[in-house]
Amino acid sequence: MYVKQLSVFLENETGRLDDVLSTISDNGINILSISLADTSDFGVLRLLVSDPDRAKTLLKEHGITSKLTDVIAVSVPHSIGSLRRVMNALSSAGIAISYVYGLSLHDDGASIVNMQ
Amino acid sequence: MIWNPSKECMPREELRELQGKRLAKVVNRVYHNVPYYREKMQALGLEPGDIQTLDDITKLPFTTYEDLNATYPFGLAAVPKSELVRVHASSGTTGKPKIGVYTRRDIDIWSECVARCLSMAGITKDDVIQVGYGYGLFTGGLGAHYGAEHLGALVLPMSAGNTQKLISMMIDCEATAIACTPSYLLHVAEDLEKSGLKDKIKLKYAICGAEPWTNEMRDQMEKKLNIKAFDIYGLTEICGPGVANDCEYHEGLHIWEDHFLPEILDPVTLQPVPEGESGELVITTLTKEGMPMIRYRTKDLTSLKYEKCKCGRTMARIQRFKGRTDDMLIIRGVNVFPSQVEAALLTIDGITPHYMLVVDRINNEDTLEIQVEVEERFFSDEVSALENLKKKVHSCLRQAIGLNADVKLVEPNALPHSDGKTKHVTDKRKLYV
Repeated sequence: MYVKQLSVFLENETGRLDDVLSTISDNGINILSISLADTSDFGVLRLLVSDPDRAKTLLKEHGITSKLTDVIAVSVPHSIGSLRRVMNALSSAGIAISYVYGLSLHDDGASIVNMQ
Repeated sequence: MIWNPSKECMPREELRELQGKRLAKVVNRVYHNVPYYREKMQALGLEPGDIQTLDDITKLPFTTYEDLNATYPFGLAAVPKSELVRVHASSGTTGKPKIGVYTRRDIDIWSECVARCLSMAGITKDDVIQVGYGYGLFTGGLGAHYGAEHLGALVLPMSAGNTQKLISMMIDCEATAIACTPSYLLHVAEDLEKSGLKDKIKLKYAICGAEPWTNEMRDQMEKKLNIKAFDIYGLTEICGPGVANDCEYHEGLHIWEDHFLPEILDPVTLQPVPEGESGELVITTLTKEGMPMIRYRTKDLTSLKYEKCKCGRTMARIQRFKGRTDDMLIIRGVNVFPSQVEAALLTIDGITPHYMLVVDRINNEDTLEIQVEVEERFFSDEVSALENLKKKVHSCLRQAIGLNADVKLVEPNALPHSDGKTKHVTDKRKLYV
C-alpha cells in the first residue's frame, strides 16, 4: 500500500535533527519509522509519522523544508528469504528501487520501498 | 641592483618635468586617435592644449571599468589594429573581461618595467627563474616571462598547476628564482618540506604578486625556503605585473613613475588627498601606445610615499593596500566579483538567487566555499538529485569564474536575503589590516 513519507532536508549541523524531532513530538505526532541518508554536508531525513500533513505544516512554520512523497509499504513476514522474494518480484518486473528501509509494526516486519 | 639608474633614481624635479611632457603627449594622442576619449574631453570643454604640465592632470576625466566595458574590446585602442601585437584580459564585473592591448613598444616597455622589478629583488642575468604564473590571457605568465628574458635570465616557463613538475625542474635546473602567487609559493614550500627535498633546492629569490599578501606570509616563506621574497604589483588595464615592486627595505612598492603616473584621490569626492593620506589609486599610463589609460581608477585603496628611499630610488612607493572600493575578491590570483557568481547562479534551476561566498586561507591556500539555498520545490527525498544539483552548481561556477569552489547546499531561507545591501561575502583571510 501507498503511505505518505515525510522527507526533510537537513544541514549537517549539531542540533538540526533534534529541532526537527522536537517540532514533531511537541505537537503530539508520533514517529513510526525513521531513516537518514547522509552526505558530508547535508542529509535527507525520511520519516513515517502519524499525521504527515500536519507535520509538514508544522515544520514549514518552523522554517524547515520538507516534502511529502508517496512510497510503497510492503508487509514482510518474519521469515528467512521473505524480503528477497519481494525484491525479486520487483526486479523481474524491471522496476528499479530508489531506496529501502525497514520498520517493525506489531509482529510482522514491514519494508518501505520507493520505486522509480 | 638598479636596472636603470638614470630613470629609477631620477631627481624628482626632473621626473616631474618628464611626466608633464609625457602626459601632454599621451593626452594629445588619445584626443586625436580615440573618439571615446575625445568625446569625454569635449564634454568637459577640454582640448589637448589645455594639458601642458603635470598639474593640469586634475582637469582630465577619469577612466573606469565601465568605460572599458562600453568600449570592449578595442574601443580604447589608440593605434590601428595592425599595430597591435598582443591582447591580455582579466575578469570584469559583468562578465565582459577587462582587456589590455599592446603594441610591440608596449611589450618592450612592460618587459623593461618587469626587469627593473626583478633586478630590484637581486635577480640578474646569471639567475635561473621559474615562472609559475599561468600563461595565457592572464598577464602574469607572459609578463614575468618577457621581463625575465629582457633581464637576460634563464627562464623556465612552468605555468601554474603542476607542483610536482615545478619542484623537479626547480631541482634539476637549479632554479634560483621563482615568480608566482604568494599562496602558491607557500604551497610549494609545504610540498618541499613534506617530500624532504627542501635541501636540494637552490632558490634565492621569489617575486610574488597577483593577490594581496601579508608580511606574515613573507616571513613564513622566507623562513621556510631560506629566500628573499618581494611583492610585485600590476593590473591588466595598465599592463600587468611590473607596475610597482618592493625593494630590499620593504617600505612600499616603487611605482615606475616615468611610465605610470599615480594619484591618490578621495574615492567619494575624487579630489586629491593630502600627501601621505589614503585613498583610491588612480593611474595614467604615460607611454602606452596600444591602449593608454587616462586617470584609470584602480579601485585599490592605498597611499603614496614620495621621499627618497634608502635603496637610492626616487620613485614613489605605494604603501600597504588597505582594501578595494568595490567588492572584488582575489582568490588564488583570480579576480572574482560576487556579481559574476550571482549571474551564474541565476541560470541554474533548483536553487534560490541567494548565496554566500566564504573565502579562507587554509594551509596557505585560498579556499572558496559557496553556500546556495535549495529551492523548496526542488527539494527531493533522493540524495542523488541533491548531489547532482551540487555538481551542477560547481561546474557552472567553474565556467563563470574559473575556480573550483566547494558547494554547500543549505536550506531555503538559511542565508541573509537581499535588501540591496546584502552581504554576499565572508572573507576570513584578513589580508587588509
